[in-house]
Amino acid sequence: MKFSDFICEKAICAELSSDNKEDVITELVDSLLQAGEINADEKADIIAAIMKREELGSTGIGRGVAVPHTKHPGVGKLVGTVGVSVDGVDFNSLDGEKVQLFFLLISPPDRPGDHLRALENISKQLRDETFCRFLKQSRTREDIHQLLEEADNNQFAS
Amino acid sequence: MSSTVITRNVVVRNPQGLHARPADLVVREASRYQAEIMLEKDGCRVDCKSILSLLTLGAECGTQMSLLAEGADAEQAVAMISELFDSGFYELEQAE
Repeated sequence: MKFSDFICEKAICAELSSDNKEDVITELVDSLLQAGEINADEKADIIAAIMKREELGSTGIGRGVAVPHTKHPGVGKLVGTVGVSVDGVDFNSLDGEKVQLFFLLISPPDRPGDHLRALENISKQLRDETFCRFLKQSRTREDIHQLLEEADNNQFAS
Repeated sequence: MSSTVITRNVVVRNPQGLHARPADLVVREASRYQAEIMLEKDGCRVDCKSILSLLTLGAECGTQMSLLAEGADAEQAVAMISELFDSGFYELEQAE
């Protein structure tokens, strides 16, 4: 699976303004709403579900990366977005580091395989230090999107 | 000092596969041991003490893998981690 298969370009957030977990999740979900990927009346429910998942254990998986996610019947296919925080957000990460890169995923309840393949793609690409660093340095939606495209074209991961 | 590598086959049994939460469980368990612990799938080996590495496997329900450990406490590490796989990472009962 490639980034272009699940990352909604219009919902990519450069320079996130939030500085705590709930706000940053809200900001990213709101961006998916503005992009037309989710329904307005389901926004609050989706945010609550993502927060509930965080209570089971942070999705901050280290290296300044988090993958907040949930299953929700409101989406017909896996949808996701990327957000970059310049200063980083305290996310109770497994390694205690602040999170700068967010990959938020919402998947239909009956498609666990797609969710796994998205996680596989994200983690494979993020193993590459250069990709990780460039992404953290990105300050515009266009820059982030271009990096994701380059990653899709195998310009980073070995 | 040479030590033997303990190997055991494991299967992902929970319907959701080896997603973030199970991967976190494996890392937490693996980190309790000094042994080097790896999972191998299709010739690709990853470190069980790194969640980012485990997620690169994209291991769905039914995936067979080899669990390998080397070090003084390798035997116990393999026993405990394969138990996590056998129990479906405690997700079998709540499976949708």
